Amino acid sequence: MLKILKYSFFDLMRSSWSYVYFAFYLLLGIVLLFLNNDLSKAVITLMNVIIVLVPLIGTIFGVMYYYNSKEFTELLLAQPLKRSSIFLGQYLGVAISLSMSLVLGLGLPFIAYGLFKSNAIWDFSLLLVVGVFLTFIFSALAFNIALSNENKIKGFGYSILMWLFLAIIYDGLFLMSLILFEDYPLDKVSLIGTMLNPIDLSRTLILLKLDISALLGYTGAVFKQFFGTSFGLIISFLALTIWVVLPILRIVFKSKKKDF
Amino acid sequence: MVEITNLYKKFGKNDVLNGIDLSIKEGGIFAVLGPNGSGKTTIIKTILGMVIPDRGSIKVFNTDVKNNSDYRHQIDYLPQIANFPSNLKVSELIKMIKDLRGKTDADQNLIEKFKLGPFLNKKLGTLSGGTKQKVNIVLTFMFNSPIIILDEPTTGLDPISLIRLKELIEVEKSKGKTILITSHIMSFVEEVADKIVFILEGKIYFKGSIAELKTKTKQQDFEHAIANILTENHA
Amino acid sequence: MKIQLSILLFFISICFTTAQTVTVCKDGCDFKSIQTAVDSSKSGDRIFIKAGLYNESNIIIYKKSLHINGEEGTIIDTQNNGYGFSVEATDIVIKNLTIKNIEVSYTKEFAAILLFKSYDFVIENITVENAFFGFLIQKSKDGLVHNNVISGEGKAEADSGNAIHLWHCENVNITNNDVRRMRDGIYLEFGSNAYISDNYSTENMRYGLHFMFSNNNTYENNIFEANGAGVAVMFSKKIKMYNNIFKKNWGTASYGILLKEINDAELKHNIFEDNTIGINADGTNRITYTENTFKNNGYAIKVHGACYDNIYSKNNFLYNSFDLSYSGNLNSNKFENNYWSNYTGYDLDKNGIGDIPYRPVKLFSYLVNRTPESIVLLRSLFIDIIDFSEKVSPVFTPENLIDNQPLMKQVKW
Repeated sequence: MLKILKYSFFDLMRSSWSYVYFAFYLLLGIVLLFLNNDLSKAVITLMNVIIVLVPLIGTIFGVMYYYNSKEFTELLLAQPLKRSSIFLGQYLGVAISLSMSLVLGLGLPFIAYGLFKSNAIWDFSLLLVVGVFLTFIFSALAFNIALSNENKIKGFGYSILMWLFLAIIYDGLFLMSLILFEDYPLDKVSLIGTMLNPIDLSRTLILLKLDISALLGYTGAVFKQFFGTSFGLIISFLALTIWVVLPILRIVFKSKKKDF
Repeated sequence: MVEITNLYKKFGKNDVLNGIDLSIKEGGIFAVLGPNGSGKTTIIKTILGMVIPDRGSIKVFNTDVKNNSDYRHQIDYLPQIANFPSNLKVSELIKMIKDLRGKTDADQNLIEKFKLGPFLNKKLGTLSGGTKQKVNIVLTFMFNSPIIILDEPTTGLDPISLIRLKELIEVEKSKGKTILITSHIMSFVEEVADKIVFILEGKIYFKGSIAELKTKTKQQDFEHAIANILTENHA
Repeated sequence: MKIQLSILLFFISICFTTAQTVTVCKDGCDFKSIQTAVDSSKSGDRIFIKAGLYNESNIIIYKKSLHINGEEGTIIDTQNNGYGFSVEATDIVIKNLTIKNIEVSYTKEFAAILLFKSYDFVIENITVENAFFGFLIQKSKDGLVHNNVISGEGKAEADSGNAIHLWHCENVNITNNDVRRMRDGIYLEFGSNAYISDNYSTENMRYGLHFMFSNNNTYENNIFEANGAGVAVMFSKKIKMYNNIFKKNWGTASYGILLKEINDAELKHNIFEDNTIGINADGTNRITYTENTFKNNGYAIKVHGACYDNIYSKNNFLYNSFDLSYSGNLNSNKFENNYWSNYTGYDLDKNGIGDIPYRPVKLFSYLVNRTPESIVLLRSLFIDIIDFSEKVSPVFTPENLIDNQPLMKQVKW
């Protein structure tokens, strides 16, 4: 698997898209920090970017890479290599190279700005960790969709739909159901609803840092335990890990059954 | 060496393989023939583990291919359409495959034979179809495995390269290897094949030498013999 | 001024009455107990208590002007029995003592020092440990409470009292005190002309500072941190609040300041940071909020009904989850010239004022008021979208609740 990972990674590192992605984040970081000069505001803007854009880019990249490397995959399939190594290797290649572009692209301007001396370093590190998680989750989901759809256009369509659903529509439905059932105790339901969507989950993790004052204004005991103690942080990270592991397991499972 | 029993495969509603039994015990060149969509490539891909059969078993050197990948060390495979990652250079691709499969020195010889030297530092995306096919051939023949599977090996080759390819096949055959070939070029098949495996509608319709086929169809000419099978079965 | 005058009078009185100093200690002093020293002294005398542990309680000083001073290391342990000192006197000074273990009662307000109808008093450098009430000051005037440290160990509001509790008092200065883990840090009921400054009030269960029916008071340069609520100002008029810091007041009913039924107050140069709600205003009239900074609060300001003629100007609203929650109509309250970090407008004419107005109330804050659990959707893209559409054409939020001249840069003061 490591060999495949190596080749996929270097293949991607050489493609111009990685540079575009890297340059985008570099530019974003520079604009946010040096034109705005307000670290707190930069972190908030960055959060919005990370929970929306990182999943989108992870999705598109994942699907694109899968379809584009079809020949490579077929070449590998005839070699004495395990299928799971081939697909996991490719998946990790995508996820790691995307994560690297993200971390370096945003990290460099922040380091240049003097992040290490600032107390925003924890907020910022959390943002990057969440960004990396989201990259891993959404490229895995994209691989899943691509594995299940031979048709490129369909695969792209479904991936974008998935992103749209998780980034926007889900929250709309979520909000509507909360308002609809507002007479019932909802704190558990709302936390579970958050766990079921990796974007919401990541957002919650960041909220725990940025908006803890607001979150503690609510009465439910479950909320209090979740937001007021490290319980919320631990559960959220666990759930994020599950969100990475499940799609990966499906990649392994699906790839074993698939014909090429 | 290759033992296929009772193999079934459906793609959606399409029955592609309908109970294939095929046993290859000896060395030599086997041509797998059949009309378009008869399941030639599917059989080859099931042997390679790329397509997973619905039913039946395949054994290569007495090991079941199911959920196994090590047996592919025994097989050199030349895929039908030579599509390679376009970002890679030829030399990198060769290096990579060597890295994945193990060491070999035969590639130098083959590169010379097919005059690929000038292309080594070019990216695969920029190569012509024929050149890609030559790279494909180098990748296949550089390992010394007892089974060689060639899916449409002649595609895009110029006459000189075609001759070189035939020479290569003869050399490998003389080493006592088993070589499976699919091709649409009947003259090529007639020239190299020891035995014909003819597949029709997912079943083996005929297996035997060219001479036997001619007798069975009562035709003098190989090409007509094939045509005869097709017209009789479609009539 | 009055205190200085009283001190002067005190010295004059010493000259004329041949005041003497008596000492208290376990061995070799004039007295062995504080109470006997008090009983044997006459008005104007000084009592010096030498270092040591005194297991005494309910030390009564009645109509005697005394100056009680402790050596460093003087500890009075009331052993959970009633008051420490119970005083009704004029010109009374109590200084440099540690008083500890005050009895907890559900019927009586036991305190380390009780002052009743006392004028011209000074309580200074007193450390109260394990307090029920710290200083209970009733119907008294013209005093100074300075540089004391009061802490309690109560677990709930019911079994803890207030650190400094004033009832029907006038002209009291409360300065440089450290009050913590009590019910209220400083509590004024029917108090007027109090000046409260440079105190540090923290971890109190209810309020860091609490005004009830108390008019014409000023507090400034205080820090209120991690209390149930920083400051509660209720049913009071003309309170001046300057240069205070309110931070980390976290919880379901936690505010930097709770304003209830108050009129004609002034808030200037205060900093509200990391509070669940910065200011919670309910029934407030003619209050000016000028040059305050609200940073990282859940809500910077929550305005409930019945508020009229309040003016919010030149404040900084920085990175609050919500800048403003507003119930009811605008009611002649004004928001002008504030800096809002969420403002996304531009300033083409470069006059430092944004060219398009800012709407501080978001639709989402209404939704959260209605269905509190929806807070988990804070900062979601979907919420941003509906907030944006509400901004473009307001339906749920008051249409005229606008800062027409939002500033482009933070206000510096």
